[in-house]
Amino acid sequence: MLLPINWVKKYVEVDMSSKELADKLTMTGSNAEEVITLREGISNVVVGKILSVEPHSNADKLLVCKVDVGTETIQVVTGAGNVAAGQLVPVALHGSKLPGGITIKRGKLRGVESQGMLCSGEELELKDSDYPGAETDGILILQEYYPPGMDIKEALDLGGEVIDFEITSNRPDCLSVVGMAREIAAATGKSWSMPEIVLSPGVGSIENELQVEVENPDLCPRYLARVVKDIKIQPSPRWMRRHLAAAGVRPINNIVDITNYVMLELGQPMHAFDLDRVEGRKIIVRNARPGETLVTLDDKQRNLTPDMLVIADTGRPIALAGIMGGANSEITGETKQIVFESALFDGASVRMTSKKLGLRSESSSRFEKGLDINMALTAVDRAAQLVQELGAGTLVEGRLDVLGASTEKRKLTIQWEQINKLLALNLTAEQISGILTALGLEISVDGEYMTAIIPTYRNDIEGMADLAEEVARIYGYDRIPLTLMEGSASKGARTRKQKLIFSIKTALTGMGMHEAITYSFTSPHIYQKIGIGAADYPPVVRIANPLGEDQSIMRTTMLPSMLEVLSHNYNRRIENCSIFEINPIFIPKALPLTDLPDEMLTLAMGEYGENVDFYTLKGKVEVLASLLGLEDKLTFQPARHPALHPGRTAELLMDGKAIGLIGQIHPKTAENYETDAGTVLGELNLQAMLDQANTDRQYQALPRYPAVTRDLAFIVEKNVQAAEIAELIKKGGGSILEKVTLFDIYEGSQIPEGHKSMAYSLSYRADDRTLKDEEVNKAHQRIIDLLEKELGAKLR
Amino acid sequence: MREKLEQIKKKAMEAMEALHDLDQLEEFRVKTLGKKGELTLVLRGMGSLPPQERPVIGQLANEIRTALEKALGKKTVELKEAALEKRLEEETIDVTIPGKQPDLGKLHPLTKMLNELEEIFLGMGFDIAEGPEIEWDSYNFEALNIPQNHPARDVQDTFYINDNILLRTHTSPVQIRTMLKQKPPIKIICPGRVYRSDAVDATHSPIFHQIEGLVVDKNITMGDLKGVLDVFAKQVFGQETKTKFRPHHFPFTEPSAEVDVSCAICRGEGCRVCSHTGWIEILGAGMVHPKVLEYCGIDPKVYSGFAFGMGLDRITNLKYGIDDIRLLFENDIRFLKQF
Repeated sequence: MLLPINWVKKYVEVDMSSKELADKLTMTGSNAEEVITLREGISNVVVGKILSVEPHSNADKLLVCKVDVGTETIQVVTGAGNVAAGQLVPVALHGSKLPGGITIKRGKLRGVESQGMLCSGEELELKDSDYPGAETDGILILQEYYPPGMDIKEALDLGGEVIDFEITSNRPDCLSVVGMAREIAAATGKSWSMPEIVLSPGVGSIENELQVEVENPDLCPRYLARVVKDIKIQPSPRWMRRHLAAAGVRPINNIVDITNYVMLELGQPMHAFDLDRVEGRKIIVRNARPGETLVTLDDKQRNLTPDMLVIADTGRPIALAGIMGGANSEITGETKQIVFESALFDGASVRMTSKKLGLRSESSSRFEKGLDINMALTAVDRAAQLVQELGAGTLVEGRLDVLGASTEKRKLTIQWEQINKLLALNLTAEQISGILTALGLEISVDGEYMTAIIPTYRNDIEGMADLAEEVARIYGYDRIPLTLMEGSASKGARTRKQKLIFSIKTALTGMGMHEAITYSFTSPHIYQKIGIGAADYPPVVRIANPLGEDQSIMRTTMLPSMLEVLSHNYNRRIENCSIFEINPIFIPKALPLTDLPDEMLTLAMGEYGENVDFYTLKGKVEVLASLLGLEDKLTFQPARHPALHPGRTAELLMDGKAIGLIGQIHPKTAENYETDAGTVLGELNLQAMLDQANTDRQYQALPRYPAVTRDLAFIVEKNVQAAEIAELIKKGGGSILEKVTLFDIYEGSQIPEGHKSMAYSLSYRADDRTLKDEEVNKAHQRIIDLLEKELGAKLR
Repeated sequence: MREKLEQIKKKAMEAMEALHDLDQLEEFRVKTLGKKGELTLVLRGMGSLPPQERPVIGQLANEIRTALEKALGKKTVELKEAALEKRLEEETIDVTIPGKQPDLGKLHPLTKMLNELEEIFLGMGFDIAEGPEIEWDSYNFEALNIPQNHPARDVQDTFYINDNILLRTHTSPVQIRTMLKQKPPIKIICPGRVYRSDAVDATHSPIFHQIEGLVVDKNITMGDLKGVLDVFAKQVFGQETKTKFRPHHFPFTEPSAEVDVSCAICRGEGCRVCSHTGWIEILGAGMVHPKVLEYCGIDPKVYSGFAFGMGLDRITNLKYGIDDIRLLFENDIRFLKQF
């Protein structure tokens, strides 16, 4: 909200610079974002009185003027033909600055000394609304008398400063000049005042001109109207236009300007209807009827629904209550009589309608926050007063006031020491009541109790905590001491799950993987991109109002996220890339969603590059399994996934239940994502693994007796899996078989077609004795027999 | 005979001096002292000596043998040393050639920063609480004193799944869930991922991360809030860091504050990072609103509390001088490796 300092000074004394004021108010709750100096680009331009105009001796089109600039008379050469002796004009003196960074210096024009420049409206960047005639060609001729030498910004009221405040949604009262005057007064210890409203008697009686009926007082607790006749639509006076422009509102005409002026000054939105266009000369505040429409002032047709509140005449809606007027009752150049509306509408209702129609206005954003039921009355009278001051029309005597709610101030009684307790302060009852009184509350103290009568513009004050905030901000947050709470010592520890994730991340980074963090919403097209057929698309949680289709579903798999990251790096010629991410995926329990979806913590992994293959990723998963104490529960078995290579994909089973997948990507996936064909991916249900994880460890005695190592090489059919062989070896070896290591797989010459040679190193050991050769031989032979019998293995 | 022996010794000593490697030295030892060596041959000729001379010559021969063996031993050591030295010299490498680095993966900067912040709060006795990212509207808004059609909803542009379910706009619902199931004293931080429908640019991301904190107990004051956040700011940004509490409004706290810390880059002098103000806004905070406590079944007449919240992404960017939030989600390895 833009607060013109010159305007607020009408209602409160300001005895500090705007910068100091901005800082002060920031620390009392009105956050000042910027101090703006109006017309900062103009300096040292003054009012000059032209004493004489002579032709230039060397140029037909130039004139030489003698100009009284207050302190002296200077000579100025000008090219404009509209100057004459006796006129008052703006003069840019030597060393002056004009908008656009132009500096004026004395010099010679065609040999004649010129000590400055006479200015046009354009050169001062003035519009007709700033000063009549400012957009006309030639030097700006001032219409009124100003003493020569007076600063032009002061003379034309062009300057001044404006503070841009960020007003929080709980303080709609501060979205006004008088509201800020009150804040300034409380913050600086000055007094403030409201505009004094005095009306001359009007003509006739409003009862003969207009009727008002409110059908829904819940949504419109108060509706006030005044009527003005003999309207003369014309520009409003310069002081009013200046204030409006400084506050960021474009001046239009006297009637519209009055409504805006009152809104900015008092915080109460106003509307003016052309009374001749109000059918039946009756205003009805009611809900819209099914199928009704209204063309609003922005020339858009709005389709209304019965939950929306409208202002109607006897035939049709003529305004959207609290949001925007209708074109059918708009003020025009022909308007002869008007109705001023000043009302209170329910904030939630205004907000709902405004959201539904996608139509927000200065008025709606104020009503949404909840306004003052009493200010509506002040505002309609203030508008009437301005009509009389401006001579904009003839006021009809009286006002209509349909009141459906109390205008009484609320009372709040608290134990005032509670404020000290909450704030860690030691204020006296006098100090507290002093601050609250300055803010417009009426305070009485009775021992430990304090009763506050809350003005109707402070609907935000509901309880002790609200009063405490008022006290704290005016007393100064910076004066609240720094303390550290006492009380029971709490432990402060990560949970088991948090600790496990911490150690998993440490292990993964230790194995050379970088942690990625990607978005958890994604495109519905990812399924197609990873080769899943439309019939197999999983149920997904959809965002109703996504930023775009690409970010419209919550991911159910992290494989696409991994692929995108790998592709990003691959396309930047990064040779090796190994990444992981730990985040949830979102699985709906049922659709449409009636319960929150399952958020399944997932570990996704992906890598490509030199020395990367299926087994490098599998190895990392195995290390992780061992870290979590799950090595004995996990098995791998061949599996298929559309995104992955059909012969190089494994499912990860925990106690027989699938909990993840690893594999090299399918060539089509590599193509779709433009990434390395050797990329390997993995996705594991980390939640399931954490649930089963066992990180308790017991010391195992180091072996005291030597191990006996035997190698074993044999030929089996190519499709025999290492897991099967390992199983048989363990079975045959029995309890003395300590360790089985596969150290070579060979196919090629000397091996029959369709077969492979597998070489293992077996280590035998007993805890309690040195093994004898015969024992080892026996076990070893059992293994050989089993392999021959079960797999047709041929010993090499 | 004596002369012959002396001559052998002299010759042998001279010959030995000239030798340069261990093989030659061994050859020389065999030739001189071996079974068929010169000295042995001479001693074999002792039989021809008169008996009275034999002990004298024998003793001399033994002395010469001992001397030669000793010299030989010494020479062996010398040559071994020399050979080792030569080998070592040959094995010399260029130690300025870069090392063979094992791959060390890095934690994402957000995780790194989060770990750091968590350690600070763990140290102050806070637990770490978590909750779902897809949340009930009631926990995200209504419990926090933001009813339907409340203007405060504007500040947090929300992604909705349906009328009742949304993507949480802050981690405050975790506070609500905690207060609903746990009696005071409560002392938690709630880190997590949050969502707001902001279009992506250098400073905005529709997905970002927050850390909120909540303390509820008897006699918790605004002084405690200031104290805890002051300690926190000093630990993150350095001991000389100052904090500034400015009044603000949040529906879920009363009184509310925005908290600035003195700019760590310019130490309050004013620079580009702090927009020449000397201060950087990093936190929102306040005393838990009585209505919020009531919603959670905690009696505001008995208990009070404070809450605060900050953007992890923003603090991470400040800490590491990252000027574009998009970098955090692009996962370029060259970026990730820097932390």
